[in-house]
Amino acid sequence: MVSLLPTPHPKERRIIFGNISKPGYSPDIETYLAHGGYESLKKALGMKPNEIIDMVKAANLRGRGGAGFPAGAKWSFIKYDDGKPHYIVVNADESEPGTFKDRYILHQDPHQLIEGLAIAAFATNVHLSYIYIRCEFPKAAKIVWEAIKEAKAKGFLGKNILGTGFDLDIYVHQGAGAYICGEETSLLESLEGKRPYPRIKPPYFPAVLGLYMKPTIVNNVETICHVKHILAMGPEEYAKMGTPGDGGTRTMCVSGDVQRPGFYEIPCGGVTLGELINDVCGGLKPGRTLKAVIPGGSSAKVLRAGETFKMKVKGPDGQMVEKEVPLLDLVMDASTLQAAGTMVGSGGVMIMDDTRDMVWALNNLNQFYAHESCGQCTPCREGSLWMSKVTTRIIDEGARPDDAKNLKNIADNIAGRTVCAFGEACSWPTQSFLAKFPDEFEKRVK
Amino acid sequence: MRAMTESLTRQADSLTPEFIAEADELVSHYPVSKRSASLPLLHLWQNHFGFIDDSAMEWIAARLDLTPVNIIELVTFYPWFRREQAGKTIIRVCRTLACALAGSYEVKDKFCQAVGLNPDCEHHGFGHAPPTTADGKFSVEFVECLASCGSAPVALINDDLVENIKTSEIPSLVESYK
Ligand SMILES: Cc1cc2nc3c(=O)[nH]c(=O)nc-3n(C[C@H](O)[C@H](O)[C@H](O)COP(=O)(O)O)c2cc1C
Ligand code: SF4
Ligand code: FES
Repeated sequence: MVSLLPTPHPKERRIIFGNISKPGYSPDIETYLAHGGYESLKKALGMKPNEIIDMVKAANLRGRGGAGFPAGAKWSFIKYDDGKPHYIVVNADESEPGTFKDRYILHQDPHQLIEGLAIAAFATNVHLSYIYIRCEFPKAAKIVWEAIKEAKAKGFLGKNILGTGFDLDIYVHQGAGAYICGEETSLLESLEGKRPYPRIKPPYFPAVLGLYMKPTIVNNVETICHVKHILAMGPEEYAKMGTPGDGGTRTMCVSGDVQRPGFYEIPCGGVTLGELINDVCGGLKPGRTLKAVIPGGSSAKVLRAGETFKMKVKGPDGQMVEKEVPLLDLVMDASTLQAAGTMVGSGGVMIMDDTRDMVWALNNLNQFYAHESCGQCTPCREGSLWMSKVTTRIIDEGARPDDAKNLKNIADNIAGRTVCAFGEACSWPTQSFLAKFPDEFEKRVK
Repeated sequence: MRAMTESLTRQADSLTPEFIAEADELVSHYPVSKRSASLPLLHLWQNHFGFIDDSAMEWIAARLDLTPVNIIELVTFYPWFRREQAGKTIIRVCRTLACALAGSYEVKDKFCQAVGLNPDCEHHGFGHAPPTTADGKFSVEFVECLASCGSAPVALINDDLVENIKTSEIPSLVESYK
């Protein structure tokens, strides 16, 4: 597995990966306990549930799965005393191309996830929870299941946890090779044993009509892991590591054409794109120059080297001023990337240098989306396939004069017209590659 | 579409008490709805028998108080499940962008050559096994992002993730699974 640098890069701050990177750290419970494990849970069990939710809110923790929804707000949608069963489902389906952090946590530090999950469950009156792990992580499923049994044997799970009267059972559920199951309502259908067609929202918001039509929280693995650290550090300390709307640390997964690809846990907003590429990841390969960056998983809109972005930034006197920000000076946090027309998404940063062909890269992604559309909505099912067929043909036979226009037209007719956000996810690459690299499409016209 | 392998033996006729106990244990993980155990039982079945036949879908449906179509619609949706036997070792090479940038197309071709498959052979999907050698030892297929893009190119060989694959190492890698 991609290993962490033996000593953290000065830009890194290891919270989630704090223990994992220690020599001799192993995923068993004794090791975890020797490193202060389950102390946050003990603390939480002595608190009032709404105090815990308030802490998560004050920590400004945003979801790390892609949509970046504030975790505390998500939890507060669940009414503690509504008399209904509630569930938490952990999204460990990690399949957004470019993203590879949850894999490491599941294999190396499963108890961190279980502790966070137990705290979240206590705060929201949940007694049954599932961890949905993609089946391409067969070893992780075994490791997490072993860890659950260990935690139960020590009284951290099961009936009457640590004598407090709180009960919680957690089970592992394995997917079956479909990317769409990462979408939270698809994941719930999959967990119910049905074809994983995403549910339409409204009315099927998980917090209202979730698993078994009961109020449900779906959170990413990394999001849940952060919870124990919020309790341990206190929300102010935790929030301070990040930016005002985006607290704590975020794992940036860097892949593609850099010297040191890998994942790096960095305070939210703690690096610019240039620092990430050139300092943290050791720069591009010798003699190469930057061409393109996909900053937040394959669905995020691509950015072009040399671009600048008009946005409001804080001036030296603390006043907001409009400025032209060059690509490499973009701060890697949720609001800056949004202002640049893309997103921090799942934290998967894909780098491409000047040797890369953008039509080829787009075609690779189009084939991914054509393969993974669940097929429920016509614009997505047909459109993702058409986009993939057109880019494949451009590569095999050269482009026709109206290909670029047609591709844009197909993409524009998917986004916003579908049941789930896969519609946006599959059209954004085509829209952004066309907008940012029109020359590469033009030069292929025969 | 090619016809699925037809077999006169029914997998469901050879279930052991241990297998049934394991199935029931999995069902017990879903106290609210047995139907949730559909995927776990399909995984259990495919891990045990290598593929899923008609009797499997009937048996699982009956065990979960469902009709067989509830199970068939899962087997036909999820790429992981197959209705014919695959190789003893399945090599799943990641096809997606980070791995493609690192040479995954060449990696897949080299795996095919090393096990003796035509690199141009196609995976027909829809429940078919991936292309498989005549001796039944190896299958090779492309899969989408395996969530290890930082150590591209990667492949999942049975349960093992192999990272930073160099084409020169592929013959010996294949040898180690023989
Ligand atoms: C097509 C699609 C795929 C997704 N895949 C994942 C995934 O693999 N892992 C994940 O955590 N979230 C994924 N999400 C986001 C989830 O729907 C959901 O927002 C997330 O799990 C919520 O957790 P968070 O608030 O902790 O981020 C995906 C969303 C879409 C639309
Ligand atoms: S947008 Fe695509 S993936 Fe989402 S429900 Fe519709 S067809 Fe399925
Ligand atoms: S692209 Fe191959 S592991 Fe992600």
